[in-house]
Amino acid sequence: MSRRTQEQDPRNVLVTGASGMLGGAVAALLLEQGHRVRTFQRRPARAAGGPVPEQVPGSLADPEAVARAVDGMDAVIHLAAKVSFTGEWDEFVAVNIDGTRTLLDQARAAGVHDLVFVSSPSVAHFGEAIAGAGAAAADPDRARGHYARSKAAAELLALSADAPGFRVTAVRPHVVWGPGDTQLVERVLERAKAGRLPLLDHGAALIDTTYIDNAAAAIVRALERMEQAHGQALVVTNGEPRPVGELLAGICEAGGVKPPAWRVPGRVARGAGAVLERAWLAAGRRGLVQDEPPMTRFLAEQLSTAHWFDQRRTREVLDWTPSVSIDEGLRRLAAHYQPGRTA
Amino acid sequence: MVAELWPGVPAEWSRRVRVPSTAAVDPAGTVHTWHLLDNGPELAGRGVEPEGTLLCVHGNPTWSYLWRSLLAAASQRSKPWRVVAVDHLDMGFSPRTGRFRRLADRITDLGDLTAELGLEGPVVTVGHDWGGVISLGWALRHRSQLAGIVLNNTAVHPAGFDLPAALKLALHPAVHQWGTTTSPAFLRVTHALARPALPKDVRRAFMAPYLTAARRSGVGNFVADIPADPSAPSWPALTEVAEGIRGLDVPALLLWGPQDPVFSDRYLRDLLQRLPHADVHRFEGAGHLLPEDRDIASPVFGWLDMQPAGSSQTPEAVPGPDAVAQPSTPQVPYRPMLAELEARRTDSSPAVVDMAPLNAPAAGPRTLSWAELAGQVELLAAGLAAQGVREGHRINLLVPPGIELTSLIYACLKLGAVVVVADAGLGTAGLSRAIKGAGPDFIVGIERALAGARMLNWPGRRISVAELPQAKRRLYGVEATLAELLAAGAAEGSRPDAAGAWAPDPDADAAILFTSGSTGPAKGVVYTHRQLAAMRDTLKDTYKLEAGTALVAGFAPFALLGPALGATSVTPDMDVTAPRTLTAAALADAAAAVQATAVFASPAALANVLATAGELAPEQRAALEKVELLLSAGAPIPEPLLARVQQLLPAASLHTPYGMTEALPVTDISLAGIRAAGTGNGVCVGTPVVGVRVAIAALDASGLPASEPSAAPGTTGEILVSAPHVKDRYDRLWITQTQSASVPGWHRTGDVGHLDAEGRLWVEGRLAHIITTAGGVVTPVAAEQAAETHDGVRLAAVVGVGPEGAQVPVAVVETVPPVRKAGPALGGLAREVRNAVVQAAGLELAAVLTVPQLPTDIRHNSKIDRARLARWAEGALAGGKMGTP
Repeated sequence: MSRRTQEQDPRNVLVTGASGMLGGAVAALLLEQGHRVRTFQRRPARAAGGPVPEQVPGSLADPEAVARAVDGMDAVIHLAAKVSFTGEWDEFVAVNIDGTRTLLDQARAAGVHDLVFVSSPSVAHFGEAIAGAGAAAADPDRARGHYARSKAAAELLALSADAPGFRVTAVRPHVVWGPGDTQLVERVLERAKAGRLPLLDHGAALIDTTYIDNAAAAIVRALERMEQAHGQALVVTNGEPRPVGELLAGICEAGGVKPPAWRVPGRVARGAGAVLERAWLAAGRRGLVQDEPPMTRFLAEQLSTAHWFDQRRTREVLDWTPSVSIDEGLRRLAAHYQPGRTA
Repeated sequence: MVAELWPGVPAEWSRRVRVPSTAAVDPAGTVHTWHLLDNGPELAGRGVEPEGTLLCVHGNPTWSYLWRSLLAAASQRSKPWRVVAVDHLDMGFSPRTGRFRRLADRITDLGDLTAELGLEGPVVTVGHDWGGVISLGWALRHRSQLAGIVLNNTAVHPAGFDLPAALKLALHPAVHQWGTTTSPAFLRVTHALARPALPKDVRRAFMAPYLTAARRSGVGNFVADIPADPSAPSWPALTEVAEGIRGLDVPALLLWGPQDPVFSDRYLRDLLQRLPHADVHRFEGAGHLLPEDRDIASPVFGWLDMQPAGSSQTPEAVPGPDAVAQPSTPQVPYRPMLAELEARRTDSSPAVVDMAPLNAPAAGPRTLSWAELAGQVELLAAGLAAQGVREGHRINLLVPPGIELTSLIYACLKLGAVVVVADAGLGTAGLSRAIKGAGPDFIVGIERALAGARMLNWPGRRISVAELPQAKRRLYGVEATLAELLAAGAAEGSRPDAAGAWAPDPDADAAILFTSGSTGPAKGVVYTHRQLAAMRDTLKDTYKLEAGTALVAGFAPFALLGPALGATSVTPDMDVTAPRTLTAAALADAAAAVQATAVFASPAALANVLATAGELAPEQRAALEKVELLLSAGAPIPEPLLARVQQLLPAASLHTPYGMTEALPVTDISLAGIRAAGTGNGVCVGTPVVGVRVAIAALDASGLPASEPSAAPGTTGEILVSAPHVKDRYDRLWITQTQSASVPGWHRTGDVGHLDAEGRLWVEGRLAHIITTAGGVVTPVAAEQAAETHDGVRLAAVVGVGPEGAQVPVAVVETVPPVRKAGPALGGLAREVRNAVVQAAGLELAAVLTVPQLPTDIRHNSKIDRARLARWAEGALAGGKMGTP
């Protein structure tokens, strides 16, 4: 079978975590390409225009629900995860590690051929600046924070399951953003509006980001290029690193909010983040706070040290390049937040 | 994974060999069990026949561990070598014999070992520190199988000079026993000489065989055996080696770390005098533990590959369609540099004019006629000879341009002494490095230079240009003054044919010039007499500088060529170390003094001439209006600046030749040519001048130039030059020279550019400054020019940050008005610069940084130090401290 027909053959694909921005975009793209898509999540997926996927409700903690979800599927794209800067370790283990194990077991048992594990570059980030590096090996012992550590363990688990007949690849999109993104864009806008968004150091740290459409396309592409991609972890970005200050200013401008003007040394922010993190965690246990702390050590590190990646291997393996540039992405963001504005 | 005994040493290299001793110190029948590192068994196991054996001999207090990089590289090569690195008896992991082994014993010991090993085939000895002497002792006793010698930081003194102070101290009875044996102080001090510092595990490995005082007895004895004077027991053995090697004609490679408090450059010069045919590389910044400080394996094996004995055959490259044939060196008729001067020895018209004479600047212009100059050069040559200057000696001239410098240069050329010209534009540290590297036999200087020579401990016997009081003569160690040399010359000259005895070989060294040092430490560039003459001929033919031309010499080295061209030359009143001090009035006065038709001035000087043009009197303007030719080289000059120069010199044809210290000039372009070329990718520097061929070595995706020259238009690559006036070689930089000459018949300039359809050369930057992005190789100049089109940008440099092959381009700019602190570009500047660069050069910048000032090199004050800038930008964009570049 040639690659081309394989690409065009409609397949049965399960998408977990489709209620999130990226999962939703992946499901939509698969549908658009003519695949039969089933989604699996605790809450119903948001309504989007166009074809609607089949929805199987359930939790990764429930093996029977997972078994129902993978039944009859050719492929799985696994995005469901607990994503948070705070929270108890046990919760991360339950969703991110044990949930992944359950899914791998059930998928293999159900005769699924291919699985794309959506991971994060934070699984191989140990605090220092990353400048033009490739995808280093995930390391649960050295990754920073509960989320990254649990994802690192899960990625190792997933890649070790890679075998003929059950091919697994890991895709690590870096800082995904786009209209309606609650992880980065809305958080930035909210904090900027409240005057709570400082620039760390000079805002000069170069950061790679990924526009939502590119991230979704790369994940779907990984499924098509499974023969080349299986057994490997690939970092996906726009390949356009920018100083973090410029990026935040761009997002603020697109959202119609004044960009940050005050500066905090990264060292101070990291220290403060660590303190706040612990305080928030303790307060959260007593039910005093619900949202996330204004600054965490992880966030401070993300905003004050370079993170950009060598995309050559990713692009070669996936035979793919991003189609939406950062500038175009910011225009789309502006159109989303300020529909009346002319660019 | 291979089990390692010590970091970098797999267990399989370590072996022990039982060796019967014939050393005088041992009773008959003594057998020692030596320890050595040897990749022979590994090669045999693979069924590989080595090219030969490197016999590596460590010094004190190291051991065979020092040579692990050679062992590691030797097995991996397509033409593998066996490497046998020994631990001397009483040293390393060889046994402690309980006897005091002297130099002669150690040479015998090494022979006993190689006899037992049954080394067959060619052997190249490699020695470090006192191991160098032992390795040479072995070499002299094994001539039939000796194929070459390699030495690192060693000495075979003993004649001629004292022991280094550090060794004198180590030998002193008060400290010797304690310093070398009782305590590990000598070991620790030696290990601390590494630059950069040794990693902890490596330091531990060097210490491993010497952990107790008993284990260190050999270290102490080694030091105690150093023959400090002829009464020392090992003096005869050392003398035998030191004198014996004069007869060695095998290839020799000297790799040297100049930052060595013990085996300093003076020992390198001593060795060079004994082994004049040796290839030399001085690793600027490296020290005593050179094999730790630098990669010596690549040059050692690269050098071995190039030796005729080592059956090296480079496969004949098949030329592609656009390939340029290897240029044959055209044999132009050779006319010595002094020919013109000698032809005019009866000419009473002015030859050289000083607007501000060295010894009496206020006295007004001083003039020498051709006859006077010829006479002075002759006297000076005779005087220098009487002072002991011989053909091939290096004479460092630390004298500002003017009559004295001109006379000295031509006197040296006449004698066959090698002129070393290092100018103060290098800065004191750079100048000091340059002079120590060149190692002059004599320094001729003005007082300030002689004071510097004393303070900074420059080598060479001292001659003063000016008369000095006795106290200062003593202080500076001055042997003679210029006036005394002239007087001595006159006395010599009374003898018949004294002056006519010299006729230097056209292919002998004539001069050493220094590069600007904008891309690392300044490099000495050696020219032969034939090459200097070719430079003169190229200038003459390109610019029609006929005899009778009068030129203002405001720019070295062209300025020094006046007497060779037969042109009257005038030195304007300026501080030549700072070209920016040339005023319009000083230029005009100089021009008026000789009715100059040509002006040589640097771009920085021209900028100041324009800035001070308002002060010109009408007659000064009139003098400048007579100028027919202006040459300005050193850095590209923007068209608007040249246009203003044209207003000042309305009759002149304005030319900005492109070239480098290694080949000058290469191409030429006039103001009209610059206007016709317009804008493009890079700076258009025009077409090759008479006798020059230019080609391009295309770059591959990782930025490496192809080994095949091409003349295809539009291809970006390293610029290659072939001309009769290209340098002979880099001085004592064998590795650099080999790289620069790796395309046979061509000089690799290190500049990157392309030829256009009209045969014009466009320079796009330095090879070291190219940016290797994921999308391919990018040169910075076009992007910089695009950034500079923004009104808010005064000067821009585009550098790559990130690892090779995955770099992203970053613009670092000076703004109008300048920012006070470095940081990311504010407001819309980043976006606007980014857009300008994408549109004009098709390059996506990752970031735009603003700085108060871009770092530039000292001499030209115009070349941006992009390497330094790139390092800074990488740090700044990694987050954290911003600092300044």
